[in-house]
Amino acid sequence: MRIAIINGHVIDPRNDLNDKRDIYIQDDKIITVGKAPDGFEADVTIDANKLIVCPGFVDLCARLREPGLEHKGTIETETLAAAAGGITSICVPPDTNPVIDTPAVVELIHKRNQDAGFIHVYTLAALTRGLAGEHLTEMAHLKAAGCVGVSNVTHDVANPQVLRRAMEYAASVDMTVFLHPEDTGLANNGCAHEGAVSTRLGLAGIPEAAETQAVANYLMLVEQTGSRVHFCRLSTARAIQMIGRAKYDGQDITADVAAHQLHLTEMDIGYFDSQCHVRPPLRTQRDQAALRQAVANAQIEAICSDHQPHDVDAKLAPFAETEPGISALETVLPLSLRLVNDGLISLPEMVDRLSTTPAEILGINAGHLSVNAQADICIFDPNGHWVLDPDNLLSHGHNTPFRNWELQGRVIKTICNGEIVYSLNRHE
Amino acid sequence: MKRHDIQFDQAGNLRHFLTIENLPRQTLIDILDAAENFSTVGTQTAKKVPLLRGKTIVNLFFEPSTRTRTTFELAAKRLSADVLNINISTSSTSKGESLLDMLRNLEAMHCDMFVVRHHQSGAAHFIADHVAPHISVINAGDGSHAHPTQGMLDMFTIRRHKPDFTKLRVAVIGDIMHSRVARSEIHALNILGVPEVRVIGPHTLIPRDAGTLGVHVYHNMREGIKDVDVIMMLRLQRERMSGAMLPSEAEYFSEYGITEEKLSLAKPDAIVLHPGPINRGVEIESSVADGPQSVILEQVTNGIAVRMAIMSMVLGRKQETT
Repeated sequence: MRIAIINGHVIDPRNDLNDKRDIYIQDDKIITVGKAPDGFEADVTIDANKLIVCPGFVDLCARLREPGLEHKGTIETETLAAAAGGITSICVPPDTNPVIDTPAVVELIHKRNQDAGFIHVYTLAALTRGLAGEHLTEMAHLKAAGCVGVSNVTHDVANPQVLRRAMEYAASVDMTVFLHPEDTGLANNGCAHEGAVSTRLGLAGIPEAAETQAVANYLMLVEQTGSRVHFCRLSTARAIQMIGRAKYDGQDITADVAAHQLHLTEMDIGYFDSQCHVRPPLRTQRDQAALRQAVANAQIEAICSDHQPHDVDAKLAPFAETEPGISALETVLPLSLRLVNDGLISLPEMVDRLSTTPAEILGINAGHLSVNAQADICIFDPNGHWVLDPDNLLSHGHNTPFRNWELQGRVIKTICNGEIVYSLNRHE
Repeated sequence: MKRHDIQFDQAGNLRHFLTIENLPRQTLIDILDAAENFSTVGTQTAKKVPLLRGKTIVNLFFEPSTRTRTTFELAAKRLSADVLNINISTSSTSKGESLLDMLRNLEAMHCDMFVVRHHQSGAAHFIADHVAPHISVINAGDGSHAHPTQGMLDMFTIRRHKPDFTKLRVAVIGDIMHSRVARSEIHALNILGVPEVRVIGPHTLIPRDAGTLGVHVYHNMREGIKDVDVIMMLRLQRERMSGAMLPSEAEYFSEYGITEEKLSLAKPDAIVLHPGPINRGVEIESSVADGPQSVILEQVTNGIAVRMAIMSMVLGRKQETT
């Protein structure tokens, strides 16, 4: 298929593009950016006048719920929701059921995505078998099967020696270790930030130290092992400071934040709103300000969705008994665009945090619009206003704290591998 | 914050009683005044008034309780309501779905009020959020969040002895962290205008952000209890008596238990409250519990009148609006 995207404002931080250009796609590749090639006859011409054309977003963490929890979502429903959010590559953490700790599970996910999916799906492998924190996984085999990193997700590696060896081994097979900094002991089955709100509501608190102590431990091990580490879902000002200092000292680390952390705080829990039950918990205004600032100055390099779709019942219980997480794929763009509208970052910086840099963190060839690059493109209307009605989300999960929020920024079309996988009007 | 008005119906009358936080001062005064009127009912030979005749009240207890359930039951019966007691083992309702299913079933039996006790903070709000419009919910204790009827009966007891809240210095002592009673007491004291509310306990039992509740924090009991008018002791749950929270019962008693010696540091006419059941020799010395300054048994008696006041206010609201 040949697609021409004309009159659009093209933003591509990698190639330093930020102006009006046309893009021509043939089959799965971008063939020119600028003038049409001689004799190019488009099958589809997209007039992107007043729209932004940028590399499709790369999401560092989204649960698709398949395999294992198909009543919450499937590769089919969730990759379509991702496409509706302008996302063309997604990274799945290994806490599926079965856990991604053998090449067979990786192959299963890729096969399902080939059959039913809409976008590229990448996987992280478990750092330890069954995420149990005891035995290393076959990282080289998992890498060969397609895994782009290793992670124990939110599961504890109780023995520091196992963690050290796992990080060293990951370094020897050249895989990035994705770490979720939360000390299980200090988090102590909490369900909200330990602060004014948990004090008022009598909810078990997760102290700031649950994150900072884990970050401190991990940083020492990074120094010791020379592993390449990515810190997932930071939530505290103090952790950002610690990571900033380690970077200044030359450590090879990166970090991300979930988009909702940039817009909500513990106060949004109000009187036990289970839609605001997330992990790590929503923290204070001060933490939120620091997270936003860190996105602006690139101490935090990437914004991700941390998508966790749920069935209705998962959120229908007293707060602590509900399952944490937000169905977030379709709100990442408008929430990130808010940072632009708030004057915190520029549009190219937003595209960088959503696409260019996360692709680099995963080590995948995506997140740019170079000639001959795979044609993964998001076309969005930066001025498109909409009000979020959870029932209109394409994700199987309608769990979102952003109900009735007036959002700005609407995905018009998403192209993945040279195919139009999402069009606003078709799916509206 | 947007949902604090869930406790009121559209006409501005109290529909649910879930927490004292954010209630207007006048509502608290109204409850105390109404309780004053009901307090004589128990001393009459015919201990009943027909205010809630024909109403059905369900005591829905997801957590074991004898005293609270009994006083709610007595309060409802003295108001001539029909009472149904349901005790649900916690294991059978670990999923919200079955909790909601159970509510639907009870609603289908045309009940008018649920009195709910649950081990999870926010359970009463959750149930109030999901019940049919004709049903009222009274929180009889949810996790560590709130126990508003206990808070009100404590205020009632204090007012009987110290009528002017604006002249009081009050200390709440013990496990503030896990205490729903403490939270409800603190909100009530602040709303009623008590100028100085103190909380006293070790760091491990006081939330780091306790100050945001509107209290002064003391970790030394002898300093904290000095010159107070009212001492509100909290029950120490057995599972917290030894381990990471506290080293031992004995050490807790020596540091934070109320003894005659420590009581002598408070105002000479200070009163001692405790929500019960008391742990003698853990948080309170027997001679104080049974002594002249103790009002612990009065609290139990007052609990019935205060719960009658709240139940009749909530269930009687429709008559008031017409």
